[in-house]
Amino acid sequence: MITILHATMTNQKEIIRLEGISRNFIVGDETVHALRDVSFTIHEGEFVTIMGTSGSGKSTLLNTLGCLDTPTAGEYYLDGVSVRLMGKNDRAALRNRKIGFVFQSYNLLPKTTARENVELPLMYNSSFSASSRRERATRALTDVGLGDRLNHRSNQMSGGQMQRVAIARALVNDPAVILADEATGNLDSRTSHGILVLFQRLHAGGRTIIFVTHNLDIAQYSSRNILLKDGRITSDVMNDNIQSAADALAKLPAEND
Amino acid sequence: MNLTNLLRIALKALSNNKMRGFLTMLGIIIGVASVITMLAIGQGSKKGIQDQISEMGANMIMIQPGADMRGGVRLSASSMETLKMADYESIRTEAQFISAISPSVNSSGQLIYGANNTPTTFYGVSADYLDIRRYSIDDGDMFTDQDIAAAAKVCVIGKTVSKELFGEGDNPIGKVVRFNKIPFRIVGLLKSKGYNSMGMDQDDLVLAPYTTIQKRVLAITYLQGMTASAVMEEYSDAAIDEITEILRRNHKLRDEDENDFNIRSMEELSSTISSVMDMLTLLLGSIAGISLLVGGIGIMNIMYVSVTERTREIGLRMSIGARGRDIMAQFLIEAILISVTGGLIGVLIGGGLSYLIRTAFNFGTYVQPWSVLLSFAVCTFTGIFFGWYPARKAAGLDPIEAIRYE
Repeated sequence: MITILHATMTNQKEIIRLEGISRNFIVGDETVHALRDVSFTIHEGEFVTIMGTSGSGKSTLLNTLGCLDTPTAGEYYLDGVSVRLMGKNDRAALRNRKIGFVFQSYNLLPKTTARENVELPLMYNSSFSASSRRERATRALTDVGLGDRLNHRSNQMSGGQMQRVAIARALVNDPAVILADEATGNLDSRTSHGILVLFQRLHAGGRTIIFVTHNLDIAQYSSRNILLKDGRITSDVMNDNIQSAADALAKLPAEND
Repeated sequence: MNLTNLLRIALKALSNNKMRGFLTMLGIIIGVASVITMLAIGQGSKKGIQDQISEMGANMIMIQPGADMRGGVRLSASSMETLKMADYESIRTEAQFISAISPSVNSSGQLIYGANNTPTTFYGVSADYLDIRRYSIDDGDMFTDQDIAAAAKVCVIGKTVSKELFGEGDNPIGKVVRFNKIPFRIVGLLKSKGYNSMGMDQDDLVLAPYTTIQKRVLAITYLQGMTASAVMEEYSDAAIDEITEILRRNHKLRDEDENDFNIRSMEELSSTISSVMDMLTLLLGSIAGISLLVGGIGIMNIMYVSVTERTREIGLRMSIGARGRDIMAQFLIEAILISVTGGLIGVLIGGGLSYLIRTAFNFGTYVQPWSVLLSFAVCTFTGIFFGWYPARKAAGLDPIEAIRYE
């Protein structure tokens, strides 16, 4: 069934292609194999959850996918570009243009307004003028439902709002892929579902999303689920019964306080 | 990434931590302000002394007798008789590098007018003396060459003498005063020059024809000295050489003989004082410079802490596309902004302090443009130098580790 589903997607553009990726770390005299011969392809418009317990290699995989790290062996193509032999500066430029990161702890700049935070990736791309930066940041914030909080500072916002700002920051450069690292890990259940609703909406809008998490519940909201264990892929399945995060949110008991 | 964006980012980061930025800046502010103030004090004192010297006649040359032995006894300058009228005449007619020369024979004593008397010094000089010492006539006239030829009993007095003898209101011109029982008619009054840098009253003097002092007061034929003026201050040395040559020839000195006279110039004195003042300025400046250095180390310290504290921010910036050199530039610019802003404030405070010292304490200070430029350059350099290491540390961070740094 997996192969059939894959076949139906080949008309879509390839965003990510991993071919036999391995990543070894040398710790003292020992070699740690964080990733062993990992291969998969992600097409445009997929919402992939990558799951695994700690130590499964999912962080290393995320770093590789995010062009923060280069593999020891294997080829990685991001939007058709081979990343393996790229230098640090070229990878920085690639991240700036092709990738939107969403982190567990938001990583917003302190005492800085939502819009300034969202503008940040564009600051490192000299082809954007100040006015186009503002315009794009405003649009991205409106997209995540914060159009009325453009000038709120990061320390005046709740966790959910901060994560929405972070998502807007990931969207602002119109990336090929959004990489979320435990993006709901610091949030309570209601807020998490709110964020997942947002991710599903982005997915429905055609965005490619990779969501790395150890929370198995999130798999039901994504279109595909990759399971990692000890640096190997143990399962890679399409989800043909995607649950609606919005429905789940509605069913959650209302907060009493 | 362009410079405007970098500046924007650095400014934003600084404004997020104003107190810290200000405290870091304080070191630079104090450093620059003290450098500027110290240099202003040093330069001001130097300039003040030079001004006073040029008021006395910066190109003045003093010729005194010397090395006159009589029966094996070395004589004091005033009783030496090596300088003669003939020497004066030779120098006056032959020397190219001097513009004015006057003999000098002095006598101190009581000057009496009616019931009043005052101790003063009679300077027997020629009319050139006014030019040489930068005196000018306030009222009346200078005595003439005829007065000198006739050894006339006339004199020109200074303001202090006039005040002592005649009080404030009375006009001394035409009055007859007595000195050593000799009556002198006052023909002129000198314009006041005040006190000189050594605290001497430059108005407590009486000028009379040197012939009168020689013949009628001292009864001598030699000169106690001569005062001349080089055509320009720069030619003082040439003038000294020239006079030396003339005097040695006149005195028939052989090559191995010592000079039997002494020649000193104001220029000599002025350059000695200048070099002493330069030394003082350098000393003050270096002490202040040390505080600037300490301020610089303060920047380094704070930037270093800041890099550690902002590791996650650096990680984030890198993960969204900042290159190492963007991070480096950001931290360098932050350091430079701190030091340059501090420098600017320091310049203003230093200038203000110098002004305050000048007006409130009446102590001459002089802020030289180069000292402002220098401290500014040092500031920027300090920012780059002490910001470099922390900035490099920031740029070298691994984004993977930095983003998860707790």
